[in-house]
Amino acid sequence: MAGHRVVGKAHRKIDAVAKVTGITKFADDLAFPRMLYGKLLRSSEPHAKIVRVDTSAAERLEGVIAVLTGEDLPIPFGILPVSQDEHALCLDKVRFIGDPVAAVAATSEETATAALDLIKVEYEPLRAIASAEDAVAHPEPRIHDYGDSGNLHKLIDLEFGDVAEGFSDADLVREDLFFFEGNTHLPMEQHAAAAVWSPDGKLTLWSSTQTPHYVHRALAKVLELPPARIRVIATPNGGGFGGKSDPFSHEIVVAKLAMLTGRPVKITLTREEVFYCHRGRHPTLMWVKTGVKKDGAITGMHFRSLLDGGGYGSYGVASTYYTGALQTVTYQVPRYRFQGARAFTNKPPCGPKRGHGTPQPRFALEVHLDKIAEQLKLDPAELRLKTLVPPNSLTANYLRVGSMGLGKCIEKVVEGSGWKQKFHKLPEGRGVGIACSSYISGAGLPIYWNNMPHSGVQLRCDRGGGVTVFCGSTEIGQGSDSVLAYVVAEVLGVDPFEIAVVTADTDLTPVDLGSYSSRVTLMTGNAALQAAERAREILALHAARKLELPGDRLVFADGRVFDAQDPDRGMTFAEAVQLAEAAEGTIGTVGSYTPPRGAGKYRGAGVGPSPAYSYSACVAEVDVDPATGIVRVPTIWIAHDVGRCINAAAVIGQVEGSIYMGLGEALMEEMSYRGDLKVVHKIPSLLEYKSPTTLEMCDVVTYLIEDPDPNGPFGAKEVGQGPLLPVMPAVANAVYDAVGVRVDEVPITPEKVLKALKKKAKGEEGRVGPSTFPQIPWPEPTRVPPPWEGGDGKAAAPAAVMGRQR
Amino acid sequence: MTADAKVTIALEVNGEPAEVAFAPHKTLLEVLREDLNLTGTKHGCELGECGTCTVLLDGTPVLSCLVLGLACAGHKVKTVEGMAQAGRLHPLQETFADLGAAQCGYCTPAFLLAAEALLIANPKPTRDEIKDALAGNLCRCTGYIKIYEAVELAAARMRGEKVEPARETLYGRP
Repeated sequence: MAGHRVVGKAHRKIDAVAKVTGITKFADDLAFPRMLYGKLLRSSEPHAKIVRVDTSAAERLEGVIAVLTGEDLPIPFGILPVSQDEHALCLDKVRFIGDPVAAVAATSEETATAALDLIKVEYEPLRAIASAEDAVAHPEPRIHDYGDSGNLHKLIDLEFGDVAEGFSDADLVREDLFFFEGNTHLPMEQHAAAAVWSPDGKLTLWSSTQTPHYVHRALAKVLELPPARIRVIATPNGGGFGGKSDPFSHEIVVAKLAMLTGRPVKITLTREEVFYCHRGRHPTLMWVKTGVKKDGAITGMHFRSLLDGGGYGSYGVASTYYTGALQTVTYQVPRYRFQGARAFTNKPPCGPKRGHGTPQPRFALEVHLDKIAEQLKLDPAELRLKTLVPPNSLTANYLRVGSMGLGKCIEKVVEGSGWKQKFHKLPEGRGVGIACSSYISGAGLPIYWNNMPHSGVQLRCDRGGGVTVFCGSTEIGQGSDSVLAYVVAEVLGVDPFEIAVVTADTDLTPVDLGSYSSRVTLMTGNAALQAAERAREILALHAARKLELPGDRLVFADGRVFDAQDPDRGMTFAEAVQLAEAAEGTIGTVGSYTPPRGAGKYRGAGVGPSPAYSYSACVAEVDVDPATGIVRVPTIWIAHDVGRCINAAAVIGQVEGSIYMGLGEALMEEMSYRGDLKVVHKIPSLLEYKSPTTLEMCDVVTYLIEDPDPNGPFGAKEVGQGPLLPVMPAVANAVYDAVGVRVDEVPITPEKVLKALKKKAKGEEGRVGPSTFPQIPWPEPTRVPPPWEGGDGKAAAPAAVMGRQR
Repeated sequence: MTADAKVTIALEVNGEPAEVAFAPHKTLLEVLREDLNLTGTKHGCELGECGTCTVLLDGTPVLSCLVLGLACAGHKVKTVEGMAQAGRLHPLQETFADLGAAQCGYCTPAFLLAAEALLIANPKPTRDEIKDALAGNLCRCTGYIKIYEAVELAAARMRGEKVEPARETLYGRP
């Protein structure tokens, strides 16, 4: 962008050299003198009462220093205040195969592993709940003793305007069912944590976590230590994607083992254990009914989702709301109803994976719209363009849309892909599909209710000209450390590679809530911007005095502070710091960021609001082999409205990485279990869990659209998650264009394509997908009149709703 | 001799002779990380499935989690720590850094070494040859594209061509 020296350009990341030389220290790279190795014994039963745990033989093994069971850590924890349902080690029952039951610290990894074999656990098996439908059908035995109904953890019913009336105004009303199989993050780095307990009563934990602040809180709670005596350091994550966002058993256990033994302890999970930690995409069954006018204008939409949550709450309440929240921010939906349910099942817990709760409904919605466009004989790209949500508007569910570049995104991919020459026109077996999406740039509310900022930055200027930025944000490979440097460098006119960045250390850095919800660029970026602007103001005051100039004539650039009208008249940045330090003392500033308050005031309005929404449009081209059902994807065209690039190269990297992960979800990735009540994970390995290699990855053509949002630093919005969302529906729609069959579930495996082709050949409906949505005991709906029906964001009193405010 | 009694071997690590003592059951991965303190080599599965622990053994990429340390006596091992020479990055390290071919950086050492072996054998690989050579390495961050582009750019520079990354690589298509 004109006028910016750093922002908008392509840069190396500030940690790039450490990454390419192997210098970066990940959690398992840490080692300490006298360090012990911790291991967790995990449940072999999916659902059982723990009758007895006998650790005596393990304790006698030479080299074993400590053994823990549930009784040693009885205080529950969980990421959400409403779901404090986990124990570091199971207390009275186990809820999935892989649930941690006991732990050992020993002088070697081998000894610790051998000791696990000596621990005897006596279980009293309970009937396992194998799926969300199973949970609906079997309220008993309850997996947890809390939740909205039987084994249904959460039930939501929200109505924004009279949807039935919307359907009666429509020229076409269509209903569809979809299923999105669960899948997992699969970061290349297994989770690891190391703890040191000092005899002065201080605990230090290093962990591969995306959320050191929440781990800090969980440790304080479970270990009953004052937070000020706990230091949590998030090591750079070797990939996160949401899978390292919960506080985990091994983090608490390793700390307890260090406290108990007085020696450093490290726990590194095996790849199999990473599959048990999970917190990945919820398997989700969806039903959607939409009314449209002949021109495609939506008159009403009713969306239902049923999520398979696994054994614990995790982020699940938020995930459930997210399956209903963002349907309204892409296309105008004047009346909208959402019913969502999350079931407890005896599987590894589901939680937030890249896109958190929104890829599933986005898949359903975008394929549903493709079917509607076909029925209306409209081009699916044109239909979308006609119904776009306008910028600076409020949706039916009170989400405040700011900048909105989806129209430009659609135009770019339509033009770039040659859509008009390809759609319906490619030879049999080849096809194109289009889909769009939107994602939040950080959540409007923190995980636990408070009025404090979501992100804080401290900034220190050194008399040598150095600048240090301190922030609690966590580098997970997305470039969060670099964003701090670029933003500060832009404001202070220094080289970003001369800025020291200290992050993710609860002793040293102000709180940032963590690397999740695509919140970091916008929130830490704004906090850094404020701190840098405050520092610049102080430096400018004294530099202007010295140069005898008005402050607004000063330019900070190229490591100098100078007169805009006479660039030779100036001083080095270091001299400006020295002048300020001589006058005022040590130069340090702070900055913080709190998102604007959401417009919705109803219960459930906390999920969905964001300072800014990113937008993506995607065209996928596919090649389907009718003999094998194998779907190949040669090229994906993607346009992403990122508001403003802070570092263009990093933005491209996030887009390409999102396309890659979306392609895996579209075609092959699935967490699957044996089809019986043992609920045994079929594939806890990197070989059996299929993910795209270089041989499956498609070509990607990327268009970066910059529609700056006033809430973003320099206008920036998110990029790390949004571009994943349209890939799955674009591929599904392309498969239909190629061979005329609908696979209404992901992953779109060769088996499913073949099955649909065979059905079509027999004259049946060429479709594979769910056929029913179970009866759910929905609660009384919360009725919220939309803004254009006189609503103020609050739920209407039942009587007022009867009279329908119009 | 008990199972834990250490054995000592001599080998060449990153161009220098080394002697190292370790329990004989240990893999090369464990010997590198735990006994030689070369933690630049990472692990993703320790089952030979992901390629993350790739190192060069006598110039050939191997999965260090599947090679016994003992089997390396008298052989040459190269890890990521041996790529930069005299404080100067290898051309592959330069291009991986510049193009963002390293995001989280965890799989990066393995990709760098597999790519180095490729470029020694084939200084001008096609895109498909690069894909084939790297097909045994998983990366969850990048989608591989920046890795291909970094390998191509480094290969060109190693052939003596003066090339800069294409604008589209860094900024997308206009």
